[in-house]
Amino acid sequence: MGKDDFILKAEGLHKSYRMGATEVKVLKGVDLAVKSGEFVAIVGASGSGKSTLLHILGALDSPDKGVVAFAGRDLDQFSGDELNKFRNKMVGFVFQFYHLLDELSVLENVFLPVMVSRSVVGWFSCRRWAKRRARELLVQLGLGERANHKPYQLSGGERQRVAIGRALMNEPRLLLADEPTGNLDSATGNGILDVFEKLNRAGQTIIMVSHDERIAQRAGRIVMLADGKIRRA
Amino acid sequence: MYKVILATRYLVKRQIAYFAVLAVALYVFTVVVVMTVLTGLVTDFKQKNHSFVGDCVVGTESLVGFAYYEDFMKILERSDFVEGISPVIKSYALVSPVETEQNLGVEIMGIDVVKHSRVTGFGQTLYYRKDDASKAFKPVYAPNLAGCVIGIDLALQRDAKGGYPYGSGPTEMALAISCFPLTAKGALAKVGAGMVNTQTFYYSDNSESGLARVDSSMVYLPFEQAQLLCGMAGAVKRVNAIHIKFRPNVRLEAGCEEVDSLWQSFGREKAGEKQAYLLKNVTVQSWKDYRRGSIAAMEKEQTMLTALFALVGITTVFIVFVVFYMIISHKSKDIGILKSIGVSNGNIIKLFSGFAFLVGISGSAVGLFSGWLFLLKINRIEDWLFARFGFQLWDRTIYAIGDIPSQVDAKVLAVIVFSAIAACLVGALVPSWQAAKQKPVETLQVSQL
Repeated sequence: MGKDDFILKAEGLHKSYRMGATEVKVLKGVDLAVKSGEFVAIVGASGSGKSTLLHILGALDSPDKGVVAFAGRDLDQFSGDELNKFRNKMVGFVFQFYHLLDELSVLENVFLPVMVSRSVVGWFSCRRWAKRRARELLVQLGLGERANHKPYQLSGGERQRVAIGRALMNEPRLLLADEPTGNLDSATGNGILDVFEKLNRAGQTIIMVSHDERIAQRAGRIVMLADGKIRRA
Repeated sequence: MYKVILATRYLVKRQIAYFAVLAVALYVFTVVVVMTVLTGLVTDFKQKNHSFVGDCVVGTESLVGFAYYEDFMKILERSDFVEGISPVIKSYALVSPVETEQNLGVEIMGIDVVKHSRVTGFGQTLYYRKDDASKAFKPVYAPNLAGCVIGIDLALQRDAKGGYPYGSGPTEMALAISCFPLTAKGALAKVGAGMVNTQTFYYSDNSESGLARVDSSMVYLPFEQAQLLCGMAGAVKRVNAIHIKFRPNVRLEAGCEEVDSLWQSFGREKAGEKQAYLLKNVTVQSWKDYRRGSIAAMEKEQTMLTALFALVGITTVFIVFVVFYMIISHKSKDIGILKSIGVSNGNIIKLFSGFAFLVGISGSAVGLFSGWLFLLKINRIEDWLFARFGFQLWDRTIYAIGDIPSQVDAKVLAVIVFSAIAACLVGALVPSWQAAKQKPVETLQVSQL
């Protein structure tokens, strides 16, 4: 299989953290390749390095060794500006704890990535489109009536759906979800997974991290991470 | 755009931001009030000195004075940049009310009241003859007798509000004024003949220049009588100074340079004269240099206070720094979120700098408005405090200060606001830079929540 057939390819990723005097090796040579349109679940025990791997894949962190290539281009070759654009346009993140901005309304949180990528003039020229798209996303996610609420006025499931809306705002090629149901009850978590399945069916590439194999079953492919290495793919 | 929105929301929704705004407002308020009052006092003091002296003085510190002044005055009169000139006698004397044993050491100033009022603000300092200064030395109760104008603090005592208990006219009072006449060589002119010249003058008016030292020690006499008293009315007459007023379009420095140049030529012209040696001690000074001794002390106080407020400014920077450190520490999760959606380090710094700017501008606005309001009412407030608690900022029985200056200077305000905003930006720079350089993943850890 050629390099270009994969939207994302990680090779020989190593990552360690220093905890006091001890160096903890989290990733010990991880290889992972994800095709466009795949829904991949990375599972593993707590502390196995799943989140670290996801952060490296999304350029929120950098590996000590190894490379991550996105659409055939190594991330370590990206300039600072290119990395910012990559995070803004190419990937969308969904975190376990939603990570919404409390000062902004639900609608503003959703269209924030568009605002970030535009100058003041650029924003004024596209703000109607951005607001319309954000509202459409909220309607699709069942939050049409919650657009003007503040995040703290929403339930956990609703907040996570707002986070998904924000992640999808710029139509990223890759959606990265870090324990998206980890902070939700079972029913609400299933609702979120339904959304992911629906998105994947529409062609969205998704990499999801979970410690729960039952949740991971909803993905098209499961990758097991143990002792800093991929054990099963 | 998100930077403007977030900076505004951080300001409005974070209570701790109000402390930063309050710190800036207090700084601006204090500096506006103190600098306005102090600048007002200094400006007023300078104006009073200018009014007392005129624009330029050709004079000597020596009590002997200098000769040939009339010739130099003719040269000045012919020049096109001079509006008025006034010869002045200055010396020290003993004053004693006639038929009493009391006496008091004073400074005397012999002036031609009309010429002097044209050059200086003397006419406006009078009380009874303010409308017609030419009659300043004519006592209303005996217009044909030689009058004298007494510095207000020599004659009357200020009341608690700084006013003087003037009567309907000057009290009928004869004053014997004695001084030692000096020869052109500086020797006592009347050795072996009583040594002292004494003449009786009648209290005709008061002068309130607003300069405490002048008003508490100066007695003004008619020019000719003063010249006689001081032994300067001999064959070659002498004066101590010539006060000059320039035409309105003449710059002070240029006018003084012109007078100096004329004086140098005059000195060379008179080099062969008998009393030419007296001309060597004569200097040409602008009113600022002439009154430097008095003004410098006030300017020094102003400089010291400005330096003190610079320290207050540094304290404000520190307060803002602490507040911003706390705010940004609380906002580290937001920084991680923003970075995860592609916000650059530079834009994180800009966001928090924008927040700091808003804190600075809001604090400045609050401080300026409250300072302006306070200054508007400062004299009323002082009156109320005095009526209720007997408190005064300055004891008016001692200080020659009327109302507390409250004229706000736009330039001073601009400097204060600029420095307050700069203080906020400096205070926010380090924490926002520290926040910006964090990796997004470091701020998005669960332990950070």
